[in-house]
Amino acid sequence: MKYKGKAHKFGDNINTDDIIPAKYLNIHDAVELGKFCMEHVDKNFAKKVKKGDIIVGGKNFGCGSSREHAPIAIKGCGVSCVIAETFARIFYRNAINIGLPVVTSSEAAKGVKEGNAVEVDTHKGVIKNISKKKEYKTEAYPPFLEKIIKKGGLLNAIKR
Amino acid sequence: MGYTITEKILRAHITKKSINPGDFINAKVDFCLGNDITAPIAINEFRRTGAKKVFDKTRIALIPDHFTPAKDLRSANQAKMLCEFAKEHKIEHYYEVGRMGVEHALLPELGLVLPGNLVVGADSHTCTYGALGCFSTGVGSTDLAAAFIKGECWFKVPETIKFVYHGKLKKWVSGKDLILYTIGQIGVDGALNKAMEFTGEAIKALPMDDRFSICNMAIEAGGKNGIIEPDKATVSYVNAAIRKNKPKRKGFKLYKSDKDANYADVKEFDASKIEPQVSFPHLPSNAKPVTKAKNINIDQVVIGSCTNGRISDLEIAAKILKGRKAKQGVRLIIIPATQAIYLEAVKLGFAKTFIDAGGVFSTPSCGPCLGGHLGILAEGERAIATTNRNFVGRMGHPKSEVYLASPAVAAASAIRGRIAHPKEVV
Repeated sequence: MKYKGKAHKFGDNINTDDIIPAKYLNIHDAVELGKFCMEHVDKNFAKKVKKGDIIVGGKNFGCGSSREHAPIAIKGCGVSCVIAETFARIFYRNAINIGLPVVTSSEAAKGVKEGNAVEVDTHKGVIKNISKKKEYKTEAYPPFLEKIIKKGGLLNAIKR
Repeated sequence: MGYTITEKILRAHITKKSINPGDFINAKVDFCLGNDITAPIAINEFRRTGAKKVFDKTRIALIPDHFTPAKDLRSANQAKMLCEFAKEHKIEHYYEVGRMGVEHALLPELGLVLPGNLVVGADSHTCTYGALGCFSTGVGSTDLAAAFIKGECWFKVPETIKFVYHGKLKKWVSGKDLILYTIGQIGVDGALNKAMEFTGEAIKALPMDDRFSICNMAIEAGGKNGIIEPDKATVSYVNAAIRKNKPKRKGFKLYKSDKDANYADVKEFDASKIEPQVSFPHLPSNAKPVTKAKNINIDQVVIGSCTNGRISDLEIAAKILKGRKAKQGVRLIIIPATQAIYLEAVKLGFAKTFIDAGGVFSTPSCGPCLGGHLGILAEGERAIATTNRNFVGRMGHPKSEVYLASPAVAAASAIRGRIAHPKEVV
């Protein structure tokens, strides 16, 4: 799969309270949650983000709580893919489980700047920075996870 | 090559005989849980698949503890979803307001999570139960839905980091201080995706409540699970819980790491040198000795949560607050983690001590820990809390601040109106 959009840069340790503050956890609709995505870090994020855009984070992206509302809010506001140097483990599995592609690349996390046009090819494991005409490598998903992603999420994968 | 306790427990829950860090496995789940924030999404997902039955109605707990007693209409609707799902599927371990407690204090207290078990919970602090010598980890709502259906969960087998604490703890130093110190040393991603095995003389001397606090915050260092080898203290805690609450599942198994087990890293600390800790905003890893927190005035003190809402936490707070008052202008909020702890605190006179000190003694809830209710911070306000996270806006306004500490430091700070070492007031 390929995902193409404008990059929105964030720093290290973006936690789940940053992604979706707990006061909104009495909501579970994706589009509604998306309206408050990243509110504590960038008040205008949900307004300026366009469908297909890509979040680029630093180290330990998604640390903190197990709230699936975090990847749901990111997906809900239109983001197509998240690139980070590293991901916190529960966020990573939640994203995979709901079918939000997340890829690790320290080169891309450092090289991509705010507003760059970026294309992520999860099958080839390549991230293209179209604006800067550069390419970064990312790991291909292990077969176990690829199966979940191909089926469109964990529950589709376990359904007989 | 031998196995770590984490690897042994995971191996006992799969069909394959061998296990290696990095392997992807589908493991059998002994027990799973969700709360009023995470379970509604799991329930919707469960229904969406067309599943008709849960894998085992005796191995699921649904605990409305985060925004309850319902703080608003939307929260009430979410809690109602748990209640209805529990009725529909005859879920044995559904705990309504009045019987519920903060999940990670309640389940061990009821003897529902046991040594050697594999437990998953749609809550990041599910790693708490590792203090019992089980493999226990936080997952998401979709994982929980899958566990409801199949009684299984996927994992990547983690490498283990061993943390060894030598020596005897100083007075006023608790399990909370050890874990804050440790996170301060390794950082919030210092154990990313790893098992954190806590051991050494200082750990072996700790009561169970302190061990729960330590394993509870493994996630704050990015850990997959925190774990402590079970010993006499574990067995006597578990046996007492089983005697009192008579759970159906009573069998448990004690695992220990092999001498030749493989560790990704071994970190050794001289625990006798560790001071009471305070984690400054806005990361749990900003831990410093409390003596470095000079002239930090506070507006609110919170003592409670899945980290430090147990009876011994309330006991030490009561000991410090007895015959003293919280400083004028400081809101002191004390939240026992379960109804049994609440009742015990009333019996032992702690509740009176807290109220005499000018504090509130609330019904169990996660409440202010995640900025839910029962103590939200206004713009510019500052709290010291025995909770587990101090991220931006965690307890309220994005321009408020949370300092993390032990119940002893929190209680002393309430009296002084600024962050204080317990020895200043006792």
